[in-house]
Amino acid sequence: MTSTVTAPAPARGGMRGLSTLVRSEARLFLRYPGNVFFVVAFPSVLLLGMGFIVPGMREPLTDVPAPWLGLRVIDMFLPIILCVSAATAGLTSLPLILAGYRETGVLRRLSTTPMRPQGVLLAQVVVQLCGVVAGSVIALLAALLAVGTPGPELPLVAVAAFPLSVTAMFSIGLVIGGLAPRASSASGIGMLLYFPMLFFAGLWTPGPLMPGTLQTISSYTPLGAASQAMTAAWFEGSVPWLQLGVMAAWSVVLFGVATKTFRWSR
Amino acid sequence: MPRSAAADTPAVRVTHLRKTYGTTVAVDDVSFDVAHGEIFGILGPNGAGKTTTVECLAGLRTVDGGTVRVLDHDPQDPTDALIVRERLGIQLQESQLPAKLRVHEALALYASFYKDPDDPDRLITLLGLEDRRNTAFEALSGGQKQRMSIALALIGKPKVAILDELTTGLDPHARRETWDLVERVRDDGVTIILVTHFMDEAERLCDRLVVIDQGRVVAQGTPAELTGASGEHRTFRMRLPEPFTDHAPLTALPSVTTVTQVGEEIEVTGTRTVLPDVIIALHALGIVPDEVRTRTRSLEDTFVALVTHEGQEVTS
Repeated sequence: MTSTVTAPAPARGGMRGLSTLVRSEARLFLRYPGNVFFVVAFPSVLLLGMGFIVPGMREPLTDVPAPWLGLRVIDMFLPIILCVSAATAGLTSLPLILAGYRETGVLRRLSTTPMRPQGVLLAQVVVQLCGVVAGSVIALLAALLAVGTPGPELPLVAVAAFPLSVTAMFSIGLVIGGLAPRASSASGIGMLLYFPMLFFAGLWTPGPLMPGTLQTISSYTPLGAASQAMTAAWFEGSVPWLQLGVMAAWSVVLFGVATKTFRWSR
Repeated sequence: MPRSAAADTPAVRVTHLRKTYGTTVAVDDVSFDVAHGEIFGILGPNGAGKTTTVECLAGLRTVDGGTVRVLDHDPQDPTDALIVRERLGIQLQESQLPAKLRVHEALALYASFYKDPDDPDRLITLLGLEDRRNTAFEALSGGQKQRMSIALALIGKPKVAILDELTTGLDPHARRETWDLVERVRDDGVTIILVTHFMDEAERLCDRLVVIDQGRVVAQGTPAELTGASGEHRTFRMRLPEPFTDHAPLTALPSVTTVTQVGEEIEVTGTRTVLPDVIIALHALGIVPDEVRTRTRSLEDTFVALVTHEGQEVTS
């Protein structure tokens, strides 16, 4: 590549058309009502449903220690719901789509073009991320405006903990999507992890309602750490170093695993 | 990177290609050259190694031995592969698109990956998909999906296009239309490699072809060379109005090799002029055949003869 009239060097090796690919993946995402509902609308539906339908959710607590006194159960759900949003995209939507793309040969077809199949992973992550952010912002606004939940004590810590939660969840999604032979098996594995994760996140025992031992165990699970970190930032006013570290460790390890094990063809 | 017209180098060159999966040898030893602008066929029974061969050409598989060159570039080399992917279009068996992606969206998307792509609308028209522009991939018929897949192979304005089993699952009318299309694409200057197990398709389209069996090239040449149609050997059968038992007047002719009774018919083999010589000889004896059928060995006959292995029954 020394002459002056050469073709452009293939420097950006294989990412021409990436923005078109992102737009295309976004359009496809919106064409599946299931995606839109579960990733974007579900967090708010869950929050408002619990807040306004389940009795006692909006009664102030009286028999709990300091940071929780006077809060309502529904308030404690907001940080958890934001983590649920990340888990829904990362564990159910992302692996299903990626495994499906391998199963039906979409990745293989991309491999024959100048676009690298990694591009479609990147595009999917961007699109799912937008879905999570949209779903979380809507849930946040619903909680602040309709339910009257207070904002976070330490907004900066919340802003740091949230992307880490998303990263940890997406790295699990990439591992599943990279290994599951079919879309259906990816979906099954995702669901198998999704519900225990929600349990550790405290969806059934929010904030201080989770027993101590269980809290300790869950602080080492990806979504348990996420939920505890968000809760700490929101209500406890402390920096949850352990939980932030746990999420970062899971992310690094799982991204590494995904990179090593992702299968591009059947 | 000044490129010569490359008239001296073939568009595709495969030399002693070998590819194994574990202990299974998919391609044992395959070599062939494809000239610029020709339609080159790769024939063979299922599992012969045809698809593996073209997958190595497209850089989808790493080779275990030998070399492959596409337009003088090595698809196995990471840097060269970028150039190969830019100039080689491949239509893959069983590769789908996202179910809800629409025809024109898919073509516009794939066009965006290439430096100098074709116009999606031109290809939509060329492939007769105008009334399916806004149809989702999942709603297309089998033939339309197949044409879509050809369009995607052509969207990057490739110099070489590989079409793998392109008419499988198409009805006879759609097959003929697809064949016409392949010829039109070739007339645009695209070199085409056609992977097929349909003899009629190869006979109709291919300028030259190789027959691969059990990972090895068992024959190559033009369809005419392979069927022997251009050779000296001729065979015909005739039905005569009355039993004809004394073959001596015919076997005496210099152009006749054999004369055999086959049921009601007499089969005569010989050199190029055997047919007129026999007819004239019979005429001299006052015999006019009721029916004469010339028998050309079809590519299918050749193929069956080539790939029938010992201990294997031919059922036909």
